[in-house]
Amino acid sequence: MALLLIAEHDQEKLTPSTLATLTAAKQFSVPIHIVLIGHSCQKVAEEASRYEGVEKVWIMDHPSLLHPIAEEMTDTLLELAKGYGFVLAPSSTFGKNLLPRLAALLDVAQISDVIQIVDRQTFVRPIYAGNALATVLSQDDTKVMTIRSTAFDKAEKGSSKAPIEAPPFKPPSFPHATFVKIEKSSSKRPELTSASIVVSGGRGLQTKENFEMLETLADLLGAAIGASRAAVDAGFVPNDYQVGQTGKVVAPDLYIAIGISGAIQHLAGMQESKVIVALNKDPEAPIFQVADYGLVGDLFTILPELIEKLKMMKKADLTQK
Amino acid sequence: MKILVAVKRVVDYSVKVRIKSDRTGMDLAGVKMSLNPFDEIAVEEALRLKEKGVCSEVLVVSIGDTAVQESLRAALALGADRAIHVKTELETQPLGVAKALKALVEKETPQLVVLGKQAIDDDFNQTGQMLSALLKWPQGTFISSLTIEGQEIQAVREVDGGLETLKMPLPAVLTTDLRLNQPRYASLPNIMKARQKPMEILTANMLGVDLTPHLQTLKVAEPPPRKPGLKVESVDALLDRLRHEAKVI
Repeated sequence: MALLLIAEHDQEKLTPSTLATLTAAKQFSVPIHIVLIGHSCQKVAEEASRYEGVEKVWIMDHPSLLHPIAEEMTDTLLELAKGYGFVLAPSSTFGKNLLPRLAALLDVAQISDVIQIVDRQTFVRPIYAGNALATVLSQDDTKVMTIRSTAFDKAEKGSSKAPIEAPPFKPPSFPHATFVKIEKSSSKRPELTSASIVVSGGRGLQTKENFEMLETLADLLGAAIGASRAAVDAGFVPNDYQVGQTGKVVAPDLYIAIGISGAIQHLAGMQESKVIVALNKDPEAPIFQVADYGLVGDLFTILPELIEKLKMMKKADLTQK
Repeated sequence: MKILVAVKRVVDYSVKVRIKSDRTGMDLAGVKMSLNPFDEIAVEEALRLKEKGVCSEVLVVSIGDTAVQESLRAALALGADRAIHVKTELETQPLGVAKALKALVEKETPQLVVLGKQAIDDDFNQTGQMLSALLKWPQGTFISSLTIEGQEIQAVREVDGGLETLKMPLPAVLTTDLRLNQPRYASLPNIMKARQKPMEILTANMLGVDLTPHLQTLKVAEPPPRKPGLKVESVDALLDRLRHEAKVI
């Protein structure tokens, strides 16, 4: 029984969450086929064909799939999925939007946010905002699951090259949504879920102007910017900056939480980070319970000092080189 | 038109739940339960559509044991017109719930179904998408803004890279994200009035659907604890630790 991995890409390359899903896929020790959906994305198909363990790449290329809508992809993927024992997708908004549709039409459960593959039918996934890890058994004929990308390393390219084929495209036979536009949060910084450093701000920053100090800090560190729900609700940053149970899940090498108290919903999105730093004026803030390094004090003293000293550190690093 | 809103009774978002000592599940005895926050947003959105004259009736449904009637009463107290309780003692999972909702849609013929994007207990985030696929209706998931004009919906979705706008015809399935609206509180008179509102009780059998869970939970465990951290006294000490101990900058 082979495995079908539904890939996500940005027209240029596979997303980091897709590469993490591929690593998870390899743990099944079955042939892996990748399916790619889009238009004029031959280049990405070529890339996908070069990863170790990939035996075939399906490319669903159609002008209507440039901004693919879940309903438009469903019928073709359903036909394709019927030949597989396992169907995986990254647990991104792309995968979450699409995969339950396939599971329902295959009449199987979907296992969401898998963080560990125990065996071919037993999986571990977080529940209750990550307060507990459930080990679940699926005896469905097809195992359909989304993979939490922070739990798996990104797959590396190998030396082989898998064949690329096109499945017959079946447009949807029923009324469906159509794409109008996408407003991307423009940022030259690394993408939040795959950045190695994340600087995240909360209500403690008090104003949008203060939050902007985080940009200087992030630029010095080459970091992405995240936020707590409180900061997003207060309008300091756009919605897609939110880290937490219902926002993005991140696990960078370094997570710096600034003025974030650490509600369980926020911790759910960042507690797998390798090193956590918390800056907060309240010594009792729950964020300190997960922080490796905590600094208690007035943010508006600490933050400018941190920025200044990092600048000096950078300068010193440069002169040493 | 009629709007069907599906709601789930879950542990209140402010409660830190504990695992049962036999590790078979969570210890929910005596824990405060509430309407799932995303479902509350779904109810609110339906009520606003009714207040704008877009719809004439808001029907709330929930699937579960007798206790879910409390959540249905809570939704009625917010302003929903009537409720249906699909009674079951089985653990509810998205596929079974989606099938039950499909049967209810066929029975009640709403033009719009609104659900929360995920329940904060099992964190599955599936039911709306499954329902849309089973009904062959358009779907708009994780929406943060909604307008309906005539037979056309325009919905803004929260996606990883930003905001995506879709349009789709009615009937459709929508799932709510956090910032779609700020739900109202139920007033005391409305809580009283809710007691008189109609609540129909059905079973999965009556709907002809099988709610048997497909996934079996073998055990539930605490996530591995983080090693205890330390508080540093100054920015200098912090930077020194990050560079020489953690080696991350």
